[in-house]
Amino acid sequence: MSLATFDLPSPREGALRRFSDLLLRRGHLIVLLLLAPPLIWLGLVYLGSLFVFLGQSIFSIDEFSGTIVREPTTATLLELFRPANFDILMRTVGIATAVTLLCAVIAFPIAYYAARYAGPRAKAAFYLAVMMPLWSSYLVKVYGWKLLLAKEGAISWFAGRLGLDGALDAWLSLPLVGGPSLSVSYTGMVLTFTYLWLPFMILPVQAALERVPASLIEAAGDLGAGPGYTFRSVILPLAMPGVVAGAVFTFSLTLGDYIVPQIIGTSALVLGQAVYTLQGTAGNIPLAAAFSLVPILVMALFLTLAKRTGAFDAM
Amino acid sequence: MHAPAPTSAVPAVRFAGVARHFGAVRAVDGVDLSIAPGEFFAMLGPSGSGKTTCLRLIAGFEQPDAGHIEIFGETVEGLPPYRRPVNTVFQDYALFPHLSVGENVAYGLKVRGVARAEREKLAREALALVKLAGLEARRPAQLSGGQRQRVALARALVVRPKVLLLDEPLGALDLKLREEMQVELKSLQRALGLSFVFVTHDQGEALSMADRVAVFNEGRIVQVGPPETVYERPANRFVAAFVGAANVIEPDMAVALGAASGLYSLRPEKIALLAPGVPAPDGAAAIEASVVDVSYQGAVRRLAVRTTAGVALTAAVPASHRAPASGDSVRLAIPLGALMPMEAET
Repeated sequence: MSLATFDLPSPREGALRRFSDLLLRRGHLIVLLLLAPPLIWLGLVYLGSLFVFLGQSIFSIDEFSGTIVREPTTATLLELFRPANFDILMRTVGIATAVTLLCAVIAFPIAYYAARYAGPRAKAAFYLAVMMPLWSSYLVKVYGWKLLLAKEGAISWFAGRLGLDGALDAWLSLPLVGGPSLSVSYTGMVLTFTYLWLPFMILPVQAALERVPASLIEAAGDLGAGPGYTFRSVILPLAMPGVVAGAVFTFSLTLGDYIVPQIIGTSALVLGQAVYTLQGTAGNIPLAAAFSLVPILVMALFLTLAKRTGAFDAM
Repeated sequence: MHAPAPTSAVPAVRFAGVARHFGAVRAVDGVDLSIAPGEFFAMLGPSGSGKTTCLRLIAGFEQPDAGHIEIFGETVEGLPPYRRPVNTVFQDYALFPHLSVGENVAYGLKVRGVARAEREKLAREALALVKLAGLEARRPAQLSGGQRQRVALARALVVRPKVLLLDEPLGALDLKLREEMQVELKSLQRALGLSFVFVTHDQGEALSMADRVAVFNEGRIVQVGPPETVYERPANRFVAAFVGAANVIEPDMAVALGAASGLYSLRPEKIALLAPGVPAPDGAAAIEASVVDVSYQGAVRRLAVRTTAGVALTAAVPASHRAPASGDSVRLAIPLGALMPMEAET
């Protein structure tokens, strides 16, 4: 058989085939068709309702009737600076900062191992181990931690067996971070949050570290840099976008959470609880909206600072 | 015109029985070599032949499983890269993307604690040396491939290595740039008087730049010598085929041509076309062959022919000759003096 006589039948012409031709010729049409549904969802349903809600913060509530006064005012926003409210903000930002720092410190070595040393099998096991906690119920995990942290719980039992109960008591007697037991202290709250959000820090840091070519680390060594200097001058700066991405998750998830502080922690409110109470039982939608603005502003500030310090230079 | 072959002076780099295995793969399998100070030394071979691993063993990115490595007489086994007096120009250049060009070049100086003003001055000088003056503030991403290569060169040279290692330094450049850089690298090496050790799979690059070439195959060095020797007198079948595609003359054919029985190499350009009826010149054997394929290559035409005895040969004849066509019968003259004996095979 020669090539010249070898003839395939042409595919049949049909409406679907002509439609494919049209899409191929007019590239923007297919982009529009594919993007319209998600854009409507994200733009109108999600962002639209968020902005409508946030817009409520320029209204105020009538103290006597409890109805919303629909006149623009800065009074509601200024209420955030009342000592009681401002305390809530500072407390929440403080907890979120502690959780983020702890997550970063714990996640980095794990992510570094997974990105640079793990073989294919170890890496599969790593992904499974990191993702598995995300598949189980949030409430189960939080109640699990309540039991771990309780006065008669596993952590204090272990501390007792190791002869560290004195150290635990000393920690609990500290102001601010301490309390009657771990389960009703900021320490317990931070530990629980750190456990919950750790995967959100590990995965982006690992992805960033994986993009650092091995030759850059070799080049640093070649030019005389020891392991410590290489880490500070090459690995950490190049992993920074991943750390910042992870921090965006851990920080904003902590800022918005209102369940963990209810189950574990002190009676003092955090931001999420404040919003929950204000828009629910209190019916103070304007103040709830004003509170909700805070995480957005804090994240904007955080990202601006990160950009200023050059965290995104390697992107 | 060659740099002195390694003599009594302490070699810049010395390998004695060096081996490096990756699992069952013998990447480097008993290599001995000696590179003289000030020598431009090429490691040539196909991919997987062990040449890059040898370079990495000198740099310290790999440690040998057996054998001994010295740099200027000092044992370096077990020393990490940052304690060795050598620097590398990486194949992908490995420039730090988050640092400016100036900071990249000054990196090694900063590690060594050179004061800021001094290291900026040295970095400027190094960039001027590679003809990139004034680009200090750029980011590596803003440079062309050729410029990045020069930055990598400046960054390695500024810390005054005793030996400069280059891993496929020109591989990613286009042809014109590659030829320019060949000339520049060579004159830079002459000017600095440094030992350059460079790895390449391109025989043209190795032959044109190096004082000596080591040809690698399957983790071993199969021939070391000046480019002319490696090209003109390949040691065995592998070198003959890899360096410039020489013909291999088997013992029975050698006897038929009138030479002593043995394995020979024959460069394609040594074979001449004979006009019909013209006898072969003195000292040459004439053979009949038919042309299988003709390819025009500018200065020469490459003829693939098959002799009446059924042996495939390649001849390179001046393109000015009238070109035979595929299927034509031709007479070829093979000068017996052009038959270069090779190692017998066991």
